[in-house]
Amino acid sequence: MSESAEPAVDATDEEVDPDPDATGEAGAATAAAIPENGAAAVVAALESAGVETAFGVQGGAIMPVYDALYGSSIDHVTMAHEQGAAHAADAYGVVTGTPGVCLATSGPGATNLVTGIADASMDSDAMLALTGQVPSDMVGSDAFQETDTTGVTAPITKHNYFASDSTTVGDVVGEAFALSETGRPGPTLVDLPKDVSFGETDRAPKPPEPPARSKPDPEADPESVDAAARTIARAEKPLCLFGGGVIKGNATDEARAFAREHGIPVVTTMPGIGSFPEDDDLCLSWAGMHGTGYANMAISHTDCLIAVGTRFDDRLTGGVETFAPGADVVHVDIDPAEISKNVQADYPVVGDAGTVLDQIDAALDRSPDAGEWREQCTTWRDQYPMDYAVDPDEPVKPQFVVEAYDAATDDDAIVTTGVGQHQMWAAQYWTYTEPRTFVSSHGLGTMGYGLPGAIGARLAADDDRDVVCFDGDGSFLMTIQELSVAVRENLDVTVVVLNNEYIGMVRQWQDAFFEGRHMASEYDWMPEFDKLAEAFGARGFRVDEYDEVADVVAESLAYDGPSVVDVHVDPRENVYPMVSSGGANGEFALTEDQL
Amino acid sequence: MAGPRPDERPQPTARRNAQGIKVDPDAGAEHRRRTAVISALVEHEPGVLSRVSGLFSRRQFNIESLTVGPTTVEGHARITLVVEETDPGIDQAKKQLLKLTPVIAVGELESDAVRAELVLLKVRGTEPDKVHAITEMYEGRTLDAGPRTITVQITGDERKIDDAVDAFRQFGIIEIARTGQTALERGDSPTTPGEEPGHSAGGSATDEPTDDETTTDESTPNYDD
Ligand SMILES: Cc1ncc(C[n+]2csc(CCOP(=O)(O)OP(=O)(O)O)c2C)c(N)n1
Repeated sequence: MSESAEPAVDATDEEVDPDPDATGEAGAATAAAIPENGAAAVVAALESAGVETAFGVQGGAIMPVYDALYGSSIDHVTMAHEQGAAHAADAYGVVTGTPGVCLATSGPGATNLVTGIADASMDSDAMLALTGQVPSDMVGSDAFQETDTTGVTAPITKHNYFASDSTTVGDVVGEAFALSETGRPGPTLVDLPKDVSFGETDRAPKPPEPPARSKPDPEADPESVDAAARTIARAEKPLCLFGGGVIKGNATDEARAFAREHGIPVVTTMPGIGSFPEDDDLCLSWAGMHGTGYANMAISHTDCLIAVGTRFDDRLTGGVETFAPGADVVHVDIDPAEISKNVQADYPVVGDAGTVLDQIDAALDRSPDAGEWREQCTTWRDQYPMDYAVDPDEPVKPQFVVEAYDAATDDDAIVTTGVGQHQMWAAQYWTYTEPRTFVSSHGLGTMGYGLPGAIGARLAADDDRDVVCFDGDGSFLMTIQELSVAVRENLDVTVVVLNNEYIGMVRQWQDAFFEGRHMASEYDWMPEFDKLAEAFGARGFRVDEYDEVADVVAESLAYDGPSVVDVHVDPRENVYPMVSSGGANGEFALTEDQL
Repeated sequence: MAGPRPDERPQPTARRNAQGIKVDPDAGAEHRRRTAVISALVEHEPGVLSRVSGLFSRRQFNIESLTVGPTTVEGHARITLVVEETDPGIDQAKKQLLKLTPVIAVGELESDAVRAELVLLKVRGTEPDKVHAITEMYEGRTLDAGPRTITVQITGDERKIDDAVDAFRQFGIIEIARTGQTALERGDSPTTPGEEPGHSAGGSATDEPTDDETTTDESTPNYDD
């Protein structure tokens, strides 16, 4: 690797004096800065896009870009693993509402990003990945640390670019950044061959602009709006289904106003958590496999489903045959390809969520007559409450821990999670009232998202907000090395490991569907996470009993820096309600014997 | 947990089919697969073909053939795809194609669109006269003839090509290479929405094809040398 750094010195040495002006410190205003090489143009493009923070790991092919970051206003956070960089960038993007940026070198650096890129892609999260590549004349020769990165990431990016020219590479990076957040967001990637990064250019990159064709019209065509409005007005059992698109599209104000104005009960998807306050009387929380019974009853019985910014994932719908089967489906989405992909839209309305909700609102001459339906929803809420049994002599219930942290934090606290049972409890037993406060891996379901996600969220959020990561013992172990980053940067995050010494979600399925054969799901060789935390330089706490919970919650939140709380929870606890995969939403089970 | 058990809860009676479409108990028609010719106008840049073919394999669209070539507009290429799908599948394929950044426009061709395919057939050379006669019959052309093999070229719509291949079987077909269909909309209608001809070297590139059925078969001027 070191020999490949050689040309760097040559290429930059012969240039005029090492004037830091080119990479400028003026931040966002440096669009006009004159870069010296492709790498400086890349950094200038990021600065002109307003990028403040980037996550990554160094390496041979990306070294020129890192060198250009040296004098930059961009705060670079070195992660322990590129997967961590991608998840951190993703979460940073979710919390700020602008694309997170991650960097990696060629080959293994780039492939380590892949999980995080795929994760962002499934959740329509804006993110820009920059990868180094071997020099152009070596591409295709199976050179050291070469991977066909654009080939590998084509199916998991909104679009990717192979930069081929030093004079335009800055424009390409700007375009990739802008494209990532335009319309339906998604990750983009620019692969940067080393010679392109090193190549001379004195052209300042153009301001970031997405390709003209990629800018969708925010407004829906009035006819489709009118048709949708007419159906909504005559509905007797209308139901709003708010998905992640409501949050990504910054449409929570419009969504809340719409549902309240017309007295329409609201169900969210899991990515839509926070789009509507869960403590509002109209809110039935989230629907789907582990959603609330009342949300799933409402979905099953609605006659008019107003679905906004959702892609009808199978974890939401169960079997489509029984998904909102009697409903006229109004589907609002910015991406026309989502319309009728999984569930047929009787009333497709293509446009920006907030704009379209305002349009429909304006077209509605009266609110639907839904008094009886609202009562029915309330009855379901009473019939199928979310609860669990607490016995002081038994191991601590994980749900109790989630509720304790919720009670001890403000509404604007941010929760991140790994994937598994703990993720479901974090989604079920925390009352979310604000958008961008539940940051999780939804579509891809990536174990290990929690800690790097918390790091990204922490760097994105104001200091006075709490960031709590609920993790599973299995998930935590997958990216635990990022604790070193949290310690180095002294990031105030609280990782709460709901430690059941199982990869619990798998065990739950084995109990339910594999006659209790716990093949490879027992994790009774777990380290002591509190001690491990101390070894990393973080604070460690351990909880075994109910009466320890309150103190540890308070102490861990009060600690100004990273802390890990190893909570030994009831290992037998399972997640309910549960709609079996491919089953009917309304037939959720409340206990294993109902499956 | 006061609520009734799953099997005792009120359940909706309505149903959707596997495509998520509400089942009308009276009609209840299932979607049948049909063949569609889709034309995509794309930026002619490296990787565009693999993006398009990758999209089709990743999403499990049933693709029959795919052809690519430049258009009259510099920097543009046309990809012609023949897919066999249900109506919702075809619709989805078109929308997903249009999402790809290098894709400029996507159109599904009318059933009367001009379509053609080219096939090269290498057959045994033992009966040259008979081979020649069949080649004439299908308005083909002999590209190579030797004592052991004869290679001919036939162009035309899919049906004609299939028939020709059948007819040549009697001689013993040694090798075959088919291009897959390529197609253009008839008359004034653009093949993909909004498509406009560029200033090609050939000058009046927009000459309307006549309604004459033989148009496609005569349009093979470049194989003379
Ligand atoms: C990277 C990855 N590998 C495997 C899985 C499959 N999987 C889903 S949930 C789960 C168990 C998670 O266990 P843990 O993190 O301990 O959480 P728990 O369910 O016990 O709360 C596994 C293995 C996954 N989602 N992601």
